[in-house]
Amino acid sequence: MTTPVPGRAFFTRRSLLLAGGALAFSVRPAHAMADELVAAMRAFTGGAATREGRVKLDIEPLVENGNAVPITVTVDSPMTGADHVKQIAVFNQKNPQHDVIVATLSPALAQARLATRIRLATTQQLVAVARLSDGSLWTHTVEVVVTLAACLE
Amino acid sequence: MTMRASRMTFGGLLACAVLSAFAQQPAGVPARRSGFDGMSASLQAMQRDDLQNPGMLWVADGEASWNQADVGGAGRSCASCHGDARHSMRGVASRYPDWDPVDRQPVDLAQRINRCRVRHQAAAPWPNDGKELLSLETFVAHQSRGQPLQPSGAPALVETRAHGQALYTQRIGQLNLSCATCHDALAGRKLAGSPIPQGHANGYPIYRLEWQAVGSLRRRIRNCMVGVRAEPFAPDSAEMVALELYLAQRSAGLPVETPAVRP
Amino acid sequence: MARTLIQVPPTAKRGDVVEVRTLIAHTMETGYRAGSDGRTLPRDIIRRFSCRFNDELVFSAELHPAIAANPYIAFALRATASGKLTFSWEGDNGLSQTESATLTVT
Repeated sequence: MTTPVPGRAFFTRRSLLLAGGALAFSVRPAHAMADELVAAMRAFTGGAATREGRVKLDIEPLVENGNAVPITVTVDSPMTGADHVKQIAVFNQKNPQHDVIVATLSPALAQARLATRIRLATTQQLVAVARLSDGSLWTHTVEVVVTLAACLE
Repeated sequence: MTMRASRMTFGGLLACAVLSAFAQQPAGVPARRSGFDGMSASLQAMQRDDLQNPGMLWVADGEASWNQADVGGAGRSCASCHGDARHSMRGVASRYPDWDPVDRQPVDLAQRINRCRVRHQAAAPWPNDGKELLSLETFVAHQSRGQPLQPSGAPALVETRAHGQALYTQRIGQLNLSCATCHDALAGRKLAGSPIPQGHANGYPIYRLEWQAVGSLRRRIRNCMVGVRAEPFAPDSAEMVALELYLAQRSAGLPVETPAVRP
Repeated sequence: MARTLIQVPPTAKRGDVVEVRTLIAHTMETGYRAGSDGRTLPRDIIRRFSCRFNDELVFSAELHPAIAANPYIAFALRATASGKLTFSWEGDNGLSQTESATLTVT
């Protein structure tokens, strides 16, 4: 069907892999949020201030295929009526559209946790944002390297 | 060594070829390793967990198909003759492709299913790699999950299997590569950032993330052939079944993982 | 009707964490892919997933094309009472599907 272009993708991946090589096996450092993510979040946050922490976006740092990437977002919260997570949102940096999912939770949930699978068009940053019942917004930004099968259809 | 020598003194050359074909690894090829072992932890978890494994949706469809009565002119479901697939189909996929004594040729599981439809259900064969055929093939193969691949010992298959091995080692396409070039000699190394698997046939039909759907071994082989810029074998061709037959023997002993998840 | 697989433990003790896991067959066509004729395939996705427990909305999610095909969504409910879980998937081309499961809490 479509002709794969291994040359171009190879160069991009390779340069990123070389650059990220030093970080590959260490604890992933916090990332400064890319501009695209800040913009993507704006509709969700209403421009309000966000802080890093409380929310954790679990995802493999290197994925074999960007078509189905498992993610789990967990927020440290007692999930009581008085203190719970109202929403969890995930945004991507380099897909054609930056929204991924916006989940609305309730105190009926035992834990503020969401697991799903997402699509990543290429190596990029992702951010998970949690809105708590007190109105505060918390973020966690990660970088994911996306590889691709060498032999495509 | 001693065992092989004693076989040669007892049996004929044919028996030796049949038996040693299963026991022996091709020279220079490392121990058999399923593609599962080379995947990341989260993909392995996706395959292992029947609720996360998208291939299980096809298995569920196949189960519904298995039990669907009034199929074709004979008004029979698969269950009408075969009963509970968990018992009747256990171990079946592990020995396919197998010899079809009626048509006197090797057939893979999908072809066998279609022959059943025509001969016993008076129904039209399903299109190749269409959803119905894939779902039922996945359901049937799934019943052998966990069992080691044990290629059929039918003597009539020996010649086709040897033909399959010749196809496996033959360089093809504009890139002039054979299956063996990558999957025997270079397995474990990387191609464009992705690990090269040994290319075993123990999880088919698989849910391939690249396809975002379940697909057959034939589809995967056609992918590979297009990948080296060769004219791919037609799905129902003698070459395709011969290659599948060799691949099944090459993967002998590995557990059936259907539906496997692969990138 | 799309094939779904839903996993909810049939019984739980009061206060337990109940894992709710769902899988639905859907291509989640992004609207960016070209078909074999070279023309862009129109978007066709599930846009909303929701879960009600005894008619009370406990979890919902707005999905976008970045959600992978054959969407898997899992979350954790607190077992407070017995009741009926109703799952809904709504989306493009009039998609509207509901499935249910029963939870018995002792």
